[in-house]
Amino acid sequence: MKHVKKECVAMLLAGGQGSRLYALTKDMAKPAVPYGGKYRIIDFPLSNCVNSGIDTVGVLTQYQPLVLNEYIGNGHPWGLDRVHGGVHVLPPYESSLGKSWYEGTANAIYQNISFIDRYNPEYVAILSGDHIYKMNYNKMLEFHKAHKADATIAVLEVPWEEAPRFGIMSADENDVIYEFAEKPAQPKSNLASMGVYIFSWQNLKKHLIANENDEGASKDFGKNIIPAMLAEGNKLVAYHFDGYWKDVGTIDSLWEANMDLLDPNVPLDLHDSRWKIYSRNPVMPPHYASPESVIQNSLISDGCNIEGLIDFSVLFAGVTIEPGAVVRDSIIMPNTTIKKGAVVEYAIIGEDCVIGENAKIGARPESIEDKDTWGVAVIGHGVTVCDNAEIKPKAMISENV
Amino acid sequence: MANMANVLGLIFANMHETSVADLTKQRTLASVPFGGRYRMIDFPLSNMVNSDIDNVGIITKDNYLSLMDHLGSGDEWDLSRKTGGMHLLPPYGNSNALYRGRLEALAQVKPFIESANAEYVLLSDTDVVANIDYRPVIDFHEKNGADITVVYGRGTFTTEQTMTKTVLSVNSDNVVYDVLIRPEISGEHNVSLNMFVVRKDFLLDVIRDAESRNLYSFEVDVLQKRLHDIKVLGYKYDRPFSQIDSMNTYFKSNMSLVDKSLRDELFMSDAPIYTKVRDDAPAKYGIDADVKNSLVADGCIIEGTVENCVLFRGVKVEKGAKVKNCILMQDTYVGAKAEMNFVITDKNVSISEYRSLAGTESYPVFVNKGVTV
Repeated sequence: MKHVKKECVAMLLAGGQGSRLYALTKDMAKPAVPYGGKYRIIDFPLSNCVNSGIDTVGVLTQYQPLVLNEYIGNGHPWGLDRVHGGVHVLPPYESSLGKSWYEGTANAIYQNISFIDRYNPEYVAILSGDHIYKMNYNKMLEFHKAHKADATIAVLEVPWEEAPRFGIMSADENDVIYEFAEKPAQPKSNLASMGVYIFSWQNLKKHLIANENDEGASKDFGKNIIPAMLAEGNKLVAYHFDGYWKDVGTIDSLWEANMDLLDPNVPLDLHDSRWKIYSRNPVMPPHYASPESVIQNSLISDGCNIEGLIDFSVLFAGVTIEPGAVVRDSIIMPNTTIKKGAVVEYAIIGEDCVIGENAKIGARPESIEDKDTWGVAVIGHGVTVCDNAEIKPKAMISENV
Repeated sequence: MANMANVLGLIFANMHETSVADLTKQRTLASVPFGGRYRMIDFPLSNMVNSDIDNVGIITKDNYLSLMDHLGSGDEWDLSRKTGGMHLLPPYGNSNALYRGRLEALAQVKPFIESANAEYVLLSDTDVVANIDYRPVIDFHEKNGADITVVYGRGTFTTEQTMTKTVLSVNSDNVVYDVLIRPEISGEHNVSLNMFVVRKDFLLDVIRDAESRNLYSFEVDVLQKRLHDIKVLGYKYDRPFSQIDSMNTYFKSNMSLVDKSLRDELFMSDAPIYTKVRDDAPAKYGIDADVKNSLVADGCIIEGTVENCVLFRGVKVEKGAKVKNCILMQDTYVGAKAEMNFVITDKNVSISEYRSLAGTESYPVFVNKGVTV
């Protein structure tokens, strides 16, 4: 079948397990984790693609893909149900060569070379499916073209002490990258890779094939492809990004990224109609705040019924807060009920949970003597916590208690 | 159970517009906003979809731009289909094509009805807010061999209200034996919910007959005049409903949604009411927000005081503003320290800082679409 040519195809790496999110990623891949009151993490890169004019997106899934597959569906919520292009979920498959699972980020793209080639693109954007940020990939593509680069890597200046956690670029005054180090112990730069790449496709394809034939390679962009391109003398440039960007790989960073939405000084405005983040919207009436309710500094979604106290919290669709319940500094995912008198502080409560009457989940850091024992409490999806139960800070609950 | 694939739904988008004339200056009754995020047509349309009717025609007359914008391809109601689905039926034919009543409207869409692969037709207006399962209605019609089944509800009404309604007398065998159109009789009555089931061939006969006699009113010329020649049955809908017959009822009906049990009856999770998606962010409450007994839709930003209100998507209430007993439609902006009591604002209204606006419970102040106060 002949396809309409696309200038740029995006490939979204969404197979990550997100093992450091523990109970929250037991049954779903990290990009499917709920965020910000009505989104899943993958809504950000998907919406960025659409808002940037990229209408052909491959989503590479592997770990627990059910929730993600169902969520993406035909791509309609993002306007990606297209006659030409649109969104395609690309799970690993078995071919006549017998290959199957994606063995690394580069191998995942390698296995889908034929998908990309159908659109005969000039460029391919490789994106992570697990970061929260708003970015115009089209501007980055213009930058890539203006520099006649082989690869453009979006970079963010990070505090020096955090640099060892990232892939670090060293670039000259013309933004040309001359050195790359994956998670260096002694970083020579503080320009961190955001996991957003644009490649000129034919050159990338050559490298992917070479990497695949190299038996010792770990088949990873950061470890193999980027170093190989540098070694070959390809032109790699750094594209500076100075907006909000967050990797929500840990419980603390997921909690913080939600709380950031309540901070007027954080430059991530979900209410900006010029760069909407699309999602699969719940079919529920507006939320209701009762005469006894007190709600401040919070995000509340459609379908919630609130009769208790909410402060510095993010409530997803269909959450019920019964009279006398208190929720502070917490994230409550869809369709969860917090019963009468329950107190939830510094916690993340998963989807479809029931927190029993007078239960106590988490605690404020001020109330704990030994700070090492303090942390955000997490209740996994679908868990019922019985009446009067007490869940300690930093606890990770994935079975009914 | 009736085979619902055999049912064609027809919705009249423009009926009863004079009862809320302020709201229908630039839109059909079908596209009047309701309940914080809906339009009136979302109720009959979702009810049909939830009852497995997937072939629906929407008959319009004029002012239907906002309706087209709302409905799009019908995909939010899952009615963007290869076969059947949703069809918008604008006026068609010669220059005096604007119909006077349901029969003339139906005559204009006769080819659509003829070509529909259906045995029954369900007609509905857009003035009723309810969650109705039409499957038992079709069953009732089929089982009793009625010519026309009228869905009715029972309630207590004022004279002003009955003067906008069709009042039915129904006996214990569900036979409708009297039809009063817009009578002046207050009290407890059976009122037509303006939903009718007919056999398709019967309806086509009625349309052809009306065309040849220059008749246009379904209620006067068919329901009333032929009541004793044909079998007209009443199907009682006994769950909560609200029929929008005046600005006063519109106001009360919106406000009644603060009652959770009523909300649960209307927005059931197994029979949801669908609407156009706007992709607003969740509602944001600021540090001084004080919201009591109110419905607040996604996309709102609240920094002030809100009490006994229905806030549609994208409303912004600034610091120090006090909004009580109000219905604020999409993207209404309330400036700092403004005060409002018993006000209905249409879409995109802006209330400047320190302004004060007050109506009364029986006469809420209405502010037109796009106006800055």
